[in-house]
Amino acid sequence: TRRYLRSKPPSLSQDIRSTPLPDPSIRPRRNSSPFFRDMSIMRRMEIAADSLYKAKLIRGFCHLYDGQEAVAVGMEAAITKRDAIITAYRDHCIFLGRGGTLVEAFAELMGRRAGCSKGKGGSMHFYKKDAEFYGGHGIVGAQVPLGCGIAFAQKYSKEDTVTFAMYGDGAANQGQLFEALNMSALWDLPVILVCENNHYGMGTAEWRAAKSPAYYKRGDYVPGLKVDGMDTLAVKQACKFAKEYVLKNGPMILEMDTYRYHGHSMSDPGSTYRSRDEISGIRQERDPIERVRKLILYHELATAAELKDTEKEVRKGVDDAIAQAKESPMPDPSELFANVYSKGLGTVAFGADRKVLKATLP
Amino acid sequence: KEITVRDALNSALDEEMAADPKVFLMGEEVGEYQGAYKISRGLLEKYGPDRIRDTPITEAGFTGIGVGAAYYGLKPVVEFMTFNFAMQAIDHIINSAAKSNYMSAGQITVPIVFRGPNGAAAGVAAQHSHCFAAWYASCPGLKVLAPYSSEDARGLLKAAIRDPDPVVFLENELLYGESFPVSADALDSNFCLPIGKAKIEREGKNVTITAFSKMVGYALEAAEILSKDGISAEVINLRSIRPLDRDAITSSVKKTSRLVTVEEGFPQHGIGAEICTVVNEECFDYLDAPVERIAGADVPMAYAANLERMSVPQVDDIVRAAKRACYRSVPVA
Repeated sequence: TRRYLRSKPPSLSQDIRSTPLPDPSIRPRRNSSPFFRDMSIMRRMEIAADSLYKAKLIRGFCHLYDGQEAVAVGMEAAITKRDAIITAYRDHCIFLGRGGTLVEAFAELMGRRAGCSKGKGGSMHFYKKDAEFYGGHGIVGAQVPLGCGIAFAQKYSKEDTVTFAMYGDGAANQGQLFEALNMSALWDLPVILVCENNHYGMGTAEWRAAKSPAYYKRGDYVPGLKVDGMDTLAVKQACKFAKEYVLKNGPMILEMDTYRYHGHSMSDPGSTYRSRDEISGIRQERDPIERVRKLILYHELATAAELKDTEKEVRKGVDDAIAQAKESPMPDPSELFANVYSKGLGTVAFGADRKVLKATLP
Repeated sequence: KEITVRDALNSALDEEMAADPKVFLMGEEVGEYQGAYKISRGLLEKYGPDRIRDTPITEAGFTGIGVGAAYYGLKPVVEFMTFNFAMQAIDHIINSAAKSNYMSAGQITVPIVFRGPNGAAAGVAAQHSHCFAAWYASCPGLKVLAPYSSEDARGLLKAAIRDPDPVVFLENELLYGESFPVSADALDSNFCLPIGKAKIEREGKNVTITAFSKMVGYALEAAEILSKDGISAEVINLRSIRPLDRDAITSSVKKTSRLVTVEEGFPQHGIGAEICTVVNEECFDYLDAPVERIAGADVPMAYAANLERMSVPQVDDIVRAAKRACYRSVPVA
């Protein structure tokens, strides 16, 4: 187990005190690390989402995060809710990390009123503006300039806060990323480009899409760090460093070496472009939750039985949230015309048969 | 007093920047160069490089940055050197700006203005001569404005900057240097025009002509010619393409019973097509003649002067169509 110990043990005890709770309904066990608990909640949520999808309660696209939990949890441990995060479509766990609740997440996935976007966004469009979470974007790569723009606004407003703009190894080849990075460097914007390299852009292995898959080096004039994205403590240290660095110096890149266990989306079994051995090997050797479990046991911060209890509580918390989300009704039909504009100016908007359905937008 | 459209836009920007520190301007050559078309002349000296932000020639990147800044609560004015170049960034205008308020159920508002010259200039050929009014106006979540006169330019730009939603503001290069009389009211720093309201530029009773941007001037010239033939044309300056002032169009058509739509853009799925539908839905029974549609030719813009002239509507085209609508005999062109 020592093989995976890349961070100094003292930071672990600090984490226990400083990490915020993503879901207040699930309290940590005595001495149990919130890292363990938070990652377990995320893992359980995504596995439950898989079942709900197969039961046809979740529609459309659904991209799951299991395997990558250490990135979301480690990043949150290093920053505050005044710092901003923006990500792509694999956003469920980032939302949870920002303090979103399981009920809001499941209700959104099922298109219910209680969802974080009132059922109007779905899997790819979770937001939590009051915790500086700007989504949840479905267009690969577009979230990076947007994140740089949030950092622009933070600097413009003279706030000592930063933005984490997250993207995958697929989006790392997008042209607009380099455009935004250039301007961020020219203008010293406090933005961290977080490349979550899970090694496959949909079904395309990194080396088939990138001449150089060393994404942390692709900033040229912008420094980058490669981080073990399966080690939540390493992620935390890197994000802590990055936040301080970008406030003084302008942007940097963090490449998180991570892995997704699920396929790209629900229609992808995830096994045509990679081997089952590869997946099970990573589960056995690098799983972020098991790594923390070993650390906790090694340092005797909790017993194996206590961690099992935590997992049981997590499972119950997730099940309860699903039950609660299912209780939430579908959006009221009047929601169809709500929020097209912030100020509708009395615009008349029409439904499919305009003689039957129309609304005046307030 | 007369001022140019350029000075009207400049003063509107200046006043809104003075009134609200959250307003900033970004784009290519807006600062040290003083604006490719000098719309931002003098603003860098007044507001400094943090608020008059020169960008590299990277539309997708800087438009995304502008939209992100709007998510956070700033009020960016993003200048495109021309709207032709905004196609590099149209994903951010549509997917990032127009849809976010809806997708987030109102959490993410996007108070941003995308502005710059749109449509045909003179002698710049196909890639620099495209009118995008119909494209943007088809997208819910956007507001689309097209000023004609200096009063329009001032009042609508100020309204666009103050509006909490994304606004596409379509200017016209050939109008920048034109002078228009402006009232004392319109020069007041509180002056603002309502978004979604058209203006009757000239009252008439025989035929309605709808137009926007530069074509309003052509429609007014056509109306003058028509009046000599005893045809009284009512000219509607749409001002706002989305929301479209359906009431102004229908009440005019109910009065005149005849309609000519004029636009510079391509005919298919254009603004004229939408207005035809409005009239069909709201006041079909009032029509005494088929709606006439004048639009740009259905071809990419040619460079040669004679072909270019054939590609965009001319005053004669409007006059001829109006006469047809009034069942006056007209020579075939």
